[in-house]
Amino acid sequence: MIEVSNLTKRYGERAAVEAISFKAERGQIVGFLGPNGAGKTTTMRMLTGFLPPSSGSATVAGFDISTQADEVRRRIGYLPETPPLYPEMTVRSYLTFVARLKGVARGKLREACDRAIERTGLTDVHGRLLRHLSKGYRQRVGLAQAIVHDPEVLILDEPTVGLDPRQIIEIRSLVRELRGDRTVILSTHILPEVAQTCDKVVIINEGRIVCEDDLAHLTAESPLEEVFMRLLAADTRDRESRLDHDAGASPAGAV
Amino acid sequence: MRNVLTIAGRELRSIFTSPVAYVVMTGFLLLCGWFFFNLIARFNMLVQMYSSYEAMGDTAGRLNLNEFVIAPLLHNMAVVLLIVVPMITMRSFAEEKRLGTYELLLTSPIGTGQIVLGKLLASGTFVGLMIASSGIFGIILSIWGNPEIGVLLAGYAGLLLVGLTFVAIGLFASSLTENQIIASVVGLVITLLLFVIAWPADSAGDILGPVLRHLAVTEHFDQMVRGIVSTSSLVYFFSMIAGWTFLTQRSVESIRWR
Repeated sequence: MIEVSNLTKRYGERAAVEAISFKAERGQIVGFLGPNGAGKTTTMRMLTGFLPPSSGSATVAGFDISTQADEVRRRIGYLPETPPLYPEMTVRSYLTFVARLKGVARGKLREACDRAIERTGLTDVHGRLLRHLSKGYRQRVGLAQAIVHDPEVLILDEPTVGLDPRQIIEIRSLVRELRGDRTVILSTHILPEVAQTCDKVVIINEGRIVCEDDLAHLTAESPLEEVFMRLLAADTRDRESRLDHDAGASPAGAV
Repeated sequence: MRNVLTIAGRELRSIFTSPVAYVVMTGFLLLCGWFFFNLIARFNMLVQMYSSYEAMGDTAGRLNLNEFVIAPLLHNMAVVLLIVVPMITMRSFAEEKRLGTYELLLTSPIGTGQIVLGKLLASGTFVGLMIASSGIFGIILSIWGNPEIGVLLAGYAGLLLVGLTFVAIGLFASSLTENQIIASVVGLVITLLLFVIAWPADSAGDILGPVLRHLAVTEHFDQMVRGIVSTSSLVYFFSMIAGWTFLTQRSVESIRWR
């Protein structure tokens, strides 16, 4: 469903994401895991066609993100880190607007909005202004706009950040319900979230993939926390030894 | 087209649900009313003065509304537009970037050109409405006086074109930044420059002089206010609007190749 190969994003000299590759199958929830600043958001922005990759390629539902960007955009529902809401709109008018943007046919707009509102539990607030909604409800509206055009792929950037424990549980179960036969990529730095919602884990650190594995397989011997810390520590050690090696090698090369 | 209308519809709604639109429109009409009142008062005084001197012959009959009231009124309104249009357009892109909705627009299956055209349509409609509501002064003059209607309409068409040119420039300024203040200042500076760019024309030589004069909004607007609608002016206004809109589209698109 999603295939990423050697995707790279550079800002000047610095690589935010470097040659990452991973796969996600239909119906899978993939946890995209990593410390803050690891490159999760950048990767998601490339997949959704917001940012162009510097090199490498990826396909979503069989369409290339660089050459068939609009086809990809039609098939992706995307919830950025802060839900993209217009505070002066009501829930329903906002969702209608997004549905039109995403190309839902005129006759089906109402139906699409009703379905999104119902699935995300917004029925009671559908006439309220977005500016008057609590954070938890805003996040739900964010999810509703991501699914309003019934996309095959859902990309959620830290969907539970800043919510209270009850809201976190609600959003998690919502994500599981929304899965159906969709592919969901969900980024987070909260480990239990992955353990509870995901089928597969992709761990990213400083712009590189450290690990890509099924959750069950990865946590067969020790809990996710331990695995995660061990992998990160190993990756950091690797990096340092590479740097030492480079630093040791280059003066000699210069002479 | 549907996408353009979707964008424009939401934009217009957001313009009219924020207090900015009402403050700007009220301020504009208030100032215009003040200009109109004073110009009429002065005109009235002139007519009385001239008709009291028998020796002047028919001078009073030659004072005309178009020249003494409508032309200065339109020029004053253009100056007010110069200031308020950047305030209307400053939020169009800057606000989207701040809210994060920019990401929603750019990850939707619509072209950047459609986004830009939608915004141009929305702000243009608002400025058009604002200018249209100042048409009340023209109507008042036509009822109690006899201005030349053709000249009046040409002047208003000129004002609309000036307004749309400013909108196109303001949108470009807004697309550059996520800071609304910067957007409004940049917009104001560019429009003001176009307003006064012909100042050194007389001493700028035979080649540069006419070029500067042709670039100035005021030259073309002045002609239209006097009732002269030339192809050169129309080409000027339409190429200005199209040119700045194109630059805006490039600026929005630039995120994809930066």
